[in-house]
Amino acid sequence: MTITERTSPAVDNGVNVEALLGAREALTAAPPAAQFTFAATNEWVNGTHSRSTVKEFFGLGETQSHRQPYSVDTDHPEIFAAADNGPTPPEMVLIGLAGCLTAGVASVAQNRGIQLHSVKATVEGNMDLAGILGIDADVRNGFGGISVRYEIDADASHEEIRAVVAQSQKRSAVFDLVTNPTAVVVEVA
Amino acid sequence: MSTARNTDVVVIGGGQAGLAMSRCLTDRSIDHVVLERAEVANSWTNERWDSLRLLTPNWMSRLPGFSYQGDDPDGYMTAREVAAHLDTYRRSFDAPVRTGVAVTRIVTSGGRHLVETTDGPWHARAVVMATGACSNPHVPALSTEMPDRIAQLTPIDYRNPGQINEGSVLVVGASASGLQIADELARAGREVTLAVGDHVRLPRMYRGMDIHWWMDTIGQLDERYDEVEDIVRARRLPSLQLIGSPERRTLGLDTVTAAGVQLVGRLAGRSGHRAQFSGSFANMCTSADLKQQRLLDRLDEYVDDHGLDAELGPAERPEPTSVGRPALDMDLRSVGTIVWATGFRPVYPWLDESLLDARGRLIHDGGVLSVPGLYVLGLPFMRRRKSSFIDGVGPDAADLVAHFEHAAART
Repeated sequence: MTITERTSPAVDNGVNVEALLGAREALTAAPPAAQFTFAATNEWVNGTHSRSTVKEFFGLGETQSHRQPYSVDTDHPEIFAAADNGPTPPEMVLIGLAGCLTAGVASVAQNRGIQLHSVKATVEGNMDLAGILGIDADVRNGFGGISVRYEIDADASHEEIRAVVAQSQKRSAVFDLVTNPTAVVVEVA
Repeated sequence: MSTARNTDVVVIGGGQAGLAMSRCLTDRSIDHVVLERAEVANSWTNERWDSLRLLTPNWMSRLPGFSYQGDDPDGYMTAREVAAHLDTYRRSFDAPVRTGVAVTRIVTSGGRHLVETTDGPWHARAVVMATGACSNPHVPALSTEMPDRIAQLTPIDYRNPGQINEGSVLVVGASASGLQIADELARAGREVTLAVGDHVRLPRMYRGMDIHWWMDTIGQLDERYDEVEDIVRARRLPSLQLIGSPERRTLGLDTVTAAGVQLVGRLAGRSGHRAQFSGSFANMCTSADLKQQRLLDRLDEYVDDHGLDAELGPAERPEPTSVGRPALDMDLRSVGTIVWATGFRPVYPWLDESLLDARGRLIHDGGVLSVPGLYVLGLPFMRRRKSSFIDGVGPDAADLVAHFEHAAART
């Protein structure tokens, strides 16, 4: 039984599963092409306000471009005596996690022949500011924990939907990034 | 070269796979020899822990022309009993086993294979590598980053709790081996932490019958490698969380928690003197719970379809795994021993590297290598879901003998 046979043609979550499966096959045969580098630039604006831009990334053996450059401003909120010109950087991490998991939900559902009608997620990260403010050395800077709550309307049983969400976590880049340690090197030119 | 002895088939390995192959070749009157590096059923005799029993019931130890004849068909053999079972099998057809002979190299030329061994060379038309799936433990690279003070073991080194140093124990991996060892150490009063990644959870008994009886009955164990959707994934599945015990108990994350084991996520790294665990633990448990429910649903459907409801016990479902709030790191300074129950990766040091893929895995199609006359036997899901079971190696061996005879008839 192949995946294409299993997917009913009526199911359309806007995900091109055939292309994804084709890419998986092609990159299995040519491992170097699977080596990607994603990159962003960041420039200070003023105070805690800075602007990050993504434009190019490397993959399939050559430099690739986004359809257009995308910029995101990050800042701190007014209660921290800042101008609040955008989300805080930790909120960007929550946005990244939610965006990654929801993309996964759509892809896995498409692959399993499940039509989605609506997918809504609420992501919460608990943070004890005693960490970043240096009040308590035993408190970590980052989130103490993150919770994600999905509300999904789809042509599938509750168990099938839970299985889609579980599989999405297993294949998510950002879920892996926030659940596992990553070596980070920061240097000054 | 002139001293090389001739035979039709050289079988490497004198365990269940090698003996099943030998029996199939004997039945077809094909001249062969079985080369065993140590003794028959060596892994079962020398490389398993003292308390280990088979995960499959005794009746499910069927080999070509042989089956369990004891008085406890629903019990689970100890490792020593498995070794005795296999030795009885060897004697039942006088398998041509040569013990204490290690293969060092296979050189193929002109359609013939020269098998070099520690006891001189053999020439053969075919070679079957039946060295099994579980003789070479895989230990992650992270092991080299652990402090020298900590003793590191694999399941083939582990014997019993008495062997373990002072200090707490970190068991990495929650398949059958890791869970059984963690459980045994905790029951012996040791402080045990178990790092849990992807796992497959199942009850020992369901509706009064052994879970392996179910999988055999519904035909799941006979599923073929060329019929499943994703064979790479199917072959990579961790072994089932099971234990063979006289009381037929279920072994799972909740039962080892009750025995005092601390559960944490997959071991992800080390930072200074702290081991770091993945925050994916809850999802690993959810995935395993859902997968278990899907299999049990399938069993209930089988019961309905075959009208067996009256003969079987009630459909009582296991509780979801209780996830709690597992720690994300631990201080390695209190750890005396790490047990790496992180699976096995077969190695074939006698083979040309061109027969392996970029990651060192053997390239084969249902046990048939690209070089004519080279075969492998006994790997997980090689031709069937049960390929690596004692009960499953026979049909694979028969298939490969048929392939060899068919190929030989064409030359």
